[in-house]
Amino acid sequence: MREITYDQAANEAIQEEFRRNPRTVHMSTDLPADLRQEFGADRIRVTPIAENSFAGASIGLAGSGFRTVSNLRMATFGFVALDQMMNHAAKITYMFGGQAKFPILYRMTVGAGFAGAAEHSISPYSMYMNVPGLKILLPTTPYDVKGLLKTALRENNPVVSFEHFLLGGTKGEVPEEEYLIPFGKARIRRRGRDVTVVALARMVFEALAAAEELAGEGISLEVIDPRTLVPLDRQAIIRSVKKTGRLVVVDEACQTCGAAAEILALATSDKAAFGRLKSAPARVCGLDIPIPFSEPMESFAIPNKKKIITAVRGVMAKK
Amino acid sequence: MALNLSKKTLLDLYTTMLTIRRFEERVVREVNAGTIRGFVHSYIGEEAVAAGVCAHLDKNDRIVSHHRGHGHTIAKGADMKKMMAEIYGKKTGCCKGKGGSMHIADFSIGMLGADGIVGAGLPIASGAALAAKLEGKGSVAAVFFGDGACQEGEFHEALNLASIWKLPLLFVCENNGYGVNTSAEYSLAAKDITRMPNAYHIASRSVYGNDVEQVYHAAGRAIARLREGKGPYFLECKTYRWYKHFLSEELEDLRPAGEIESWKKNCPIATFENKLLRRKVLTPSKIRSINNKILEKVEDAHAFALESPLPEPEDALRDVYST
Repeated sequence: MREITYDQAANEAIQEEFRRNPRTVHMSTDLPADLRQEFGADRIRVTPIAENSFAGASIGLAGSGFRTVSNLRMATFGFVALDQMMNHAAKITYMFGGQAKFPILYRMTVGAGFAGAAEHSISPYSMYMNVPGLKILLPTTPYDVKGLLKTALRENNPVVSFEHFLLGGTKGEVPEEEYLIPFGKARIRRRGRDVTVVALARMVFEALAAAEELAGEGISLEVIDPRTLVPLDRQAIIRSVKKTGRLVVVDEACQTCGAAAEILALATSDKAAFGRLKSAPARVCGLDIPIPFSEPMESFAIPNKKKIITAVRGVMAKK
Repeated sequence: MALNLSKKTLLDLYTTMLTIRRFEERVVREVNAGTIRGFVHSYIGEEAVAAGVCAHLDKNDRIVSHHRGHGHTIAKGADMKKMMAEIYGKKTGCCKGKGGSMHIADFSIGMLGADGIVGAGLPIASGAALAAKLEGKGSVAAVFFGDGACQEGEFHEALNLASIWKLPLLFVCENNGYGVNTSAEYSLAAKDITRMPNAYHIASRSVYGNDVEQVYHAAGRAIARLREGKGPYFLECKTYRWYKHFLSEELEDLRPAGEIESWKKNCPIATFENKLLRRKVLTPSKIRSINNKILEKVEDAHAFALESPLPEPEDALRDVYST
């Protein structure tokens, strides 16, 4: 099968869906030249650097029967548009009694590890999980980003896609033929029997590396990539925890009130899963600090294979 | 001002204003009686703006309103029964009781909702205007906001966006002089509001917003420009709200009493009514008959709201997402 990059796959999703539906508009501060060439200046619009303005314009367009993509570039710029995304996009379907649909896709990069320092590095998806009304994607592979964005562009609700900055250039198999990936279906990246590792965003690959290393010692990890945080595939996580009896959740975002906390809570508040637990579950998260610039400090702030292995050994230890 | 409006137009403007007034009076009465919950922002005193602007809009034109939105919604042609039911939090409300007074919407008539965050409706309306531009059928969008919104960043962002994209968007600034109790005189450095759109190369005009004919003429010319594709237009209407920011016993009204009284003397409806009496467009008996018809409609709406069932608690779980 052909291999393309994550960014190319995301772009293909937009191209295919914009060909299917002429009532689609893309807005971003940077010009996506290939999209502009194919779909023209009316539909592929460059915006002023005013995130709230086009995050809001996408709501008005959606409420007027268009589908929109707003690329906010980085999650830290997304904060500038929080009024429109959280006060409005998330709520208007509900507060207007469901009388209109708001098919909006907001895209932004997350993560750290690229010397971006504090104001360009963050993974704030749990903040968005706390505001009902948004669907939240966390695509990790070229295959997934294409399938999930295509689904997002047929979805009748606001969707926020958080795409790890360091994944954009990664390559993977993407079929030529069309496919969609439904929301709320986790992907088991590696089957295993001893420990369930739920890993988010780029941490999926750190967890897989840890699994590879631990396999040599006879420790078998089951690595789950939820792929979407809202809706979250609770059953896939609970099923796995019931099987392994051990759980480690890995997320690059800060630990406090993160998605990892929610995943731990759902596994431990499920009676059957709790009853099967052989040890206290663990979290491997970003430290509760802004992301520092200098390499030794930045690496220290975010999880990696080594930290995951340490956590796995912890949950494997006899009580 | 040239007065060449048809008798029908004059009577329509009068009827729209009076309908808003009677509806709002009923709401005020119920809020004071404690039968309506929540934050209710009365539009009384500003009726000429909604009436004068919306008279030029048809069903395909879209508006975005704000927390003080009942007047725009009525002027755009919404069903008062569903509005009153919404204000009462009833299941039959236009938003099934999920929005209340501050979030009335009726997409079927191009009323894209009242928005409770000051200034936030402006970017949303630019999207509605972009939709109209892309549809290419000569439709327009109008956004209502106050002097308070002119202090928000989103106001400036929306002006800039509408200007560079030449959007068919009418900015209607209802300058009532105050954000809650803080005067625009204090909080707006520009003093003259139209200097701000002008800085963004948006044509503008300022009118006395209690004179419905002035508003009607200015809005008509502005909307005609929009339909010709000449880009956005900014209309400032200087007006005044008779009541406090929202109806509440706890909230103090710190505006000068004399100022409130003098604006009440310049009531947009009474002034217009007197003009129409002098011009023989109205007669005392015609006024009575229009008024009675409106009162009947408002009472019907009120009765509908009272008779309507409250939502079930579990209805709260519906409509978080569209299907």
